[in-house]
Amino acid sequence: MTVLSTPAQKINNSIDSQIPDSMSHVEKKFKMIAENVTIHYGNTMGVKNVTMKFPEKSVTALIGPSGCGKTTFLRCLNRMHDMTKNAKVEGKVMLDDIDLYDKSIDPIYHRRKVGMVFQKPNPFPTMSIYDNVVAGLKLNGVKDKRILDEIVEDSLKMAYLWDEVKNDLKKSAIELSGGQQQRLCIARALAIQPEVLLMDEPASALDPIATQKIEETIMELKKEYTIIIVTHNMQQAVRVSDYTGFMYLGELIEFRETKKLFTDPKNELTSKYVQGQFG
Amino acid sequence: MSTTNEKRQEYRALFKNNVKKRLLVDKLVHIVIFAFVIIAIIPLGSILVEVFKNGITAISYEFLTATPGSIGSGDGGIGPAIQGTLIIIGLASLIGVPIGVMSGIFLSEYGDNRLARNIRFFNDVFMEFPSIVLGIFAFLVIVLILGHFSVWAGAFALSLIMFPIVARTTEESLKMVPMTYREAGTALGLKKWVITFRIVISAAKSGMITGILLSVSRIGGETAPLIMTILGSSQFFSSMDVPMDALPLRIWRLSLLPYESSQLQGWGAALVLIFIIIGINLAIRYHFGNGNAMISRLIKQRMPTKR
Repeated sequence: MTVLSTPAQKINNSIDSQIPDSMSHVEKKFKMIAENVTIHYGNTMGVKNVTMKFPEKSVTALIGPSGCGKTTFLRCLNRMHDMTKNAKVEGKVMLDDIDLYDKSIDPIYHRRKVGMVFQKPNPFPTMSIYDNVVAGLKLNGVKDKRILDEIVEDSLKMAYLWDEVKNDLKKSAIELSGGQQQRLCIARALAIQPEVLLMDEPASALDPIATQKIEETIMELKKEYTIIIVTHNMQQAVRVSDYTGFMYLGELIEFRETKKLFTDPKNELTSKYVQGQFG
Repeated sequence: MSTTNEKRQEYRALFKNNVKKRLLVDKLVHIVIFAFVIIAIIPLGSILVEVFKNGITAISYEFLTATPGSIGSGDGGIGPAIQGTLIIIGLASLIGVPIGVMSGIFLSEYGDNRLARNIRFFNDVFMEFPSIVLGIFAFLVIVLILGHFSVWAGAFALSLIMFPIVARTTEESLKMVPMTYREAGTALGLKKWVITFRIVISAAKSGMITGILLSVSRIGGETAPLIMTILGSSQFFSSMDVPMDALPLRIWRLSLLPYESSQLQGWGAALVLIFIIIGINLAIRYHFGNGNAMISRLIKQRMPTKR
C-alpha cells in the first residue's frame, strides 16, 4: 500500500542490532542464541539469516506482519522443523552451550528443555486434565504417582488453572473452555520442567479475559523461565515483553528493549509498523 | 476498493432473483435425494425381512447346537457351522488385524515416500481382488503343500481379504488426527513411536475400529475362499488339519439341496450369520467404549461429581 521498502532499503536498515541494545543489565546471561539462522521451505526462503540473543529469565516478543517468518523462526528453536519434510534449517541455535543443530545431539532429549505452546489450544482429546499435564512425564517414563501428583498441582498453579479444575482433574480435557484449554497446554508444557518456553501466538484464539489470564501467567513465569513469544498483537507485546524483535519478510529488522522499540524505533519500517501504518 | 456503488448495484442485479423457483428447486433436490435413499434401502430391507421371515421358523435349540442330520430330513442343525465361523473369524482377525493396523500406521505416519506410495497403490488393488483368487492362492501355498484341507489355510485366505481393508481404514483414520497433536507430542520431547501409539492412535481409535468391524463383516460372509481351504464338514471342530464347517458354506450347501426342509434350514443359517455379525459389531463397539465411554462421559457431564 504505502511505499514500504525496496529490498535495498530494507537491507540498509537491517544491519541493526542483533542484541537488544542498551541492556541495562549487561550481566544478564543469554539463555538462547540463534546465529545466522536461515530456513527454507522447498524453494522459498522463510527466514533469512537471523541472529538473535535471548536474555535469560525475560520475555522476548517477536512481532511482524503475517507471513514475516516469526512463527517459522520460533519453530526452529526446538527443532520443530524436523517434522516438516521439505524444511531446511541452516545456522546455529545455541541453548546454553549446546548447538541444537549439532549432528551428534539427540533433539528429543533437548526438546524437553524447550517447552512449546501453540497457537490453537491442542490438549490431547482422549486424555483427562490430569493425564494431559503428565503426558510428557508419563510417556517419558516417570511413574511415581506421588511425584506426578506434585507436578500436576505445581504446573496447574503456575498456569493459573488449578483453582478452576482441582476438583475434576479426571474430566476430559476437551470439556474445558478454550482459554482453560490453552492454560492446560501451558501447564502441560511446564510439567516437563523446561528452561525455555516458546509461545506461538498463545492468545490469538482467546477472548480478552482469557487473554488477560494468559498474560498474567506469562508475567509470573518469566521469574523462572526464558520466554519467547510470537504475537500479532502489539499491545500484548508491550504488556508482557522485555525485549521485542520486529521481523519483516523473513528478516529481523530491529531488536531492542520493548519500550524503546515502540517509543523510539530506529528503523523506518519498524516505526511504520508500530504506528499501525501497515501490517 | 474502487468499485462504485452503481457497479455494486449492477452486480447484485446479476444474482438469480426468482425466490419461488429457488425454493421449488430446493425442495425437488431434497425429494430426489430422499427417493434414491429409498431405492437403495428397499432391496436391503427386503432381504433382511425375507431372511428373518423364512429363517426364524427354522431356529430352535437343536438347530443351533446339533450337527447336521441326514440330507433332506430337515433334522439336525448348524452347530459345527456356527462354531467354525467363530473360529475362522477369530483366527483370521488374529492374523489380519495386526498386519493391517501396522501397515496402516506405516502408510500414515511413515508414508511420505516412494515405497509407501507403491504399497498404498497395491494395497488398493489388493482390496478389490476377487476373493476366490485369494482362496486359490491359499489353496496353492498351504493346502497343496500340506496335502490336506486346513483351518489355517482358511484363516490365511480370509486374513488376506481383511488386512488391505484394515490398512486403508487405519491409514485414513490416523490421517484425520490433526497434526497439532503430533506437534504437541514432539514439543514434549516424546519419541515418534510413543506419539503414534499413545496419542495419535487413541485419538483415531473409533475410525480404526470401524474399519476392523467392516473387514470382520466382510469375511464373515465369504464363501468362495473357504471352499478352497476348509471345504466344509458336518462334524464339530476337532483339529486344525481337517476340514471344518462355516456358516457361509453351510448356507451354500443347504440352499442348493432340492428339499424344502433343507432350504428352510439355509434361511435359518443365514439369519444366524446376520445375528453373529451384528453381535460382533455391537460387542466390539461396546467394549472399546465407542458407545460405552461416550455415554458414561455424557452422564458425568450432566451430573458433575462433587467432593
